[in-house]
Amino acid sequence: MFLQQFRPALVLTLGFTFLTGLAYPLAITGFAGLASPEASEGSLIISGNEVIGSRLIAQPFSGAGYLHPRPSASGWNAAGTSASNLGPTSAKLIADVAQRRAAYETENGQPAPIDAVTGSASGLDPDISPENALAQAERIAKARGVEAGAVLDLIETHVESPLLGLYGLPRINVLETNLALDATFPLPTQSPGN
Amino acid sequence: MTDLLGYMLWFAVLIGLAVPAAVWMNRVYAGVPAFARTERTILRMAGIDGSRGMGWAEYAIAVLILNAVGFFLLYAILRLQGVLPQNPDGIVGMSPDLAFNTAISFITNTNWQAYSGEAQLSYFSQMAGLTVQNFLSAATGMAVGVAVIRGFTEPKGATLGNFWTDMIRSVLWILLPMSVLLALFLALQGVPQTLLGAIQATGVEGQEQIIARGPAAAQIAIKQLGTNGGGFFGVNSAHPFENPTIASDLAQTWAILLIPVAFCFLFGIMAKDRRQGVAIFASMAVMFVIGLATIHLYETWGNPLLGSGANMEGKEQRFGAMLSSLWAASTTAASNGSVNAMHDSFMPLSGLVMMVFMQIGEVIFGGVGAGLYGMLLYVVLAVFLAGLMVGRTPEYLGRKIEAREVTLAMLAFLSMPLGILVFAALAVTVPAATAAIQDAGPHGLSEALYAYSSATGNNGSAFAGWGAALPWHTTAIGLVMLLGRYAIILPMLAIAGSLIRKQPAPESAGTFPTHGPLFVTLLVLTVVILGALTFFPVLALGPIAEETARLAGQTF
Repeated sequence: MFLQQFRPALVLTLGFTFLTGLAYPLAITGFAGLASPEASEGSLIISGNEVIGSRLIAQPFSGAGYLHPRPSASGWNAAGTSASNLGPTSAKLIADVAQRRAAYETENGQPAPIDAVTGSASGLDPDISPENALAQAERIAKARGVEAGAVLDLIETHVESPLLGLYGLPRINVLETNLALDATFPLPTQSPGN
Repeated sequence: MTDLLGYMLWFAVLIGLAVPAAVWMNRVYAGVPAFARTERTILRMAGIDGSRGMGWAEYAIAVLILNAVGFFLLYAILRLQGVLPQNPDGIVGMSPDLAFNTAISFITNTNWQAYSGEAQLSYFSQMAGLTVQNFLSAATGMAVGVAVIRGFTEPKGATLGNFWTDMIRSVLWILLPMSVLLALFLALQGVPQTLLGAIQATGVEGQEQIIARGPAAAQIAIKQLGTNGGGFFGVNSAHPFENPTIASDLAQTWAILLIPVAFCFLFGIMAKDRRQGVAIFASMAVMFVIGLATIHLYETWGNPLLGSGANMEGKEQRFGAMLSSLWAASTTAASNGSVNAMHDSFMPLSGLVMMVFMQIGEVIFGGVGAGLYGMLLYVVLAVFLAGLMVGRTPEYLGRKIEAREVTLAMLAFLSMPLGILVFAALAVTVPAATAAIQDAGPHGLSEALYAYSSATGNNGSAFAGWGAALPWHTTAIGLVMLLGRYAIILPMLAIAGSLIRKQPAPESAGTFPTHGPLFVTLLVLTVVILGALTFFPVLALGPIAEETARLAGQTF
């Protein structure tokens, strides 16, 4: 009975390796490349010949003129993702959060929303909450030498809403909004890492 | 309030998709005439007479041999990936213990990730290795599920069917078409599907960032539909590339539960009494809703130790507490194991719900096919208990449940405490194993307990701070995954083989109805009481102790 079943097991495993392991993903690659080449290659943002990043992937920002992303346990490593995975009673987690809160409030002079002090799941969360973005507006406006109101208005136009008003949280894509800030209110002196 | 409305709409869509899926699956497993020629050609090439029915033992042997061949092929691919094609990022072969663990993980439909996809797997391994076993392990579970249903519902003298035919039909006419549709949708939502390697970006502030990508959409589609759960990237569906939008998130949660829910209705259709399937569905749904509500409330209330607002540690802004809770409940109920938030950082009692969902044996919808045959194990025990209470020979669907079936069901049940309690006890006492624990205090015990619950339940999710890559655990978890898979499949096929030889008795006034609210209550209580008696003591030391400490403001 064993030998009799061995041939179908081998033939079908190899056959399905060809069908589901090669033909299927390659066909999807082909269709996706035709239907939406930009998305299938990682939603990259390209300026001239330079890849600046991906619309979907957070990158670090520390300059005073930019929105800052959520904390990342991996240091925004997009080639080896991880999270803090610290439990809800972890003293280390609670200390980390307290330290981030103090730094945020010193930097922005505003209370820190919860998403600004907690690490994201992917370490690459491209979004922050609107409250988090608005709390950073005054600092950004100052660094760019413009009215705070103008920065607030720009941020408001980048809010993405929940789907059908039911699913997901309101959010702001940090990289896209920062690129819009650069385009609308250029930094007075280019001093990255200000 | 909008959350409740959202959940109700989500549930309605799920049922609206699962019912037609069940009707389609019933047709497929009975044989669609238009597909007969294709099926015959494949079966002839494989050297099988696909119309010949099998006894339970032969069916089981075919399952084991297919999975054994899959294991050796996948193990070889993982070890040799450094010299195989489609490896643009120059990834080297896996170590023997990690390849052993990963190969078992994928043939048993667990998809436990002791590895990190973007760092340790070539595109060839992802496609020709893991994706193939995503299909085949899912098809194995579905075939066994259908065979067990036949044992309970077909007339005396029928067979359990032919494994090869059931397996081929599961892949070709159910999993593959659904995967194609879902993969294309995900690709349009922004999930990468490319053979180009990682790209180097220079950020706005001048920092270099290497962005891993790859043919992800095709694999993610089947990882959800087949309740596999192994992510293309290390952080699974929390990664913005695996799950970029709200729409992609909803589509994936529906995909996780679609086939497991459809199996309930398929059971009713094959039993020629749809109420039987609805009763099983209702039993599962009651437990699912209670668990989901618990997780949702705790995550929304948040963690006062971190500040006001929802518990956002280890969650993505686009999903927030609600969609993270919905996913956590779905993935642990359905034996899927993919995540869109980090379970390790959920509140203590949310973690408890997830562990209970896995520890009772993944029977709340459960794995494709596996959830239904797992629940039928509890059905056998429930009607036995009911029979004891009223002093009649227990019957289910007209067939007598006797000593042989109850013994086999208890044997299958005992694999859960063996895999979870014994191996988790080793994991927190043996020096070679304890280094995996990341968090101090009761949460550390929860991490080890979660790992072995996940492995035995063939779930695959983790409290991921726990060091799964230690050689002790790659080996022990490999063995436990085998136990959790085959120590249930074999007794359930044996029960099916035994039942199909019995003459169903016609319904009489004394028959205990197995489709009403009374039966649903009895079945839920059987699951809860057996599960609670077995696992409550250790849960009291882990998540419950952590919750009481948290309420007292104690940290570790």
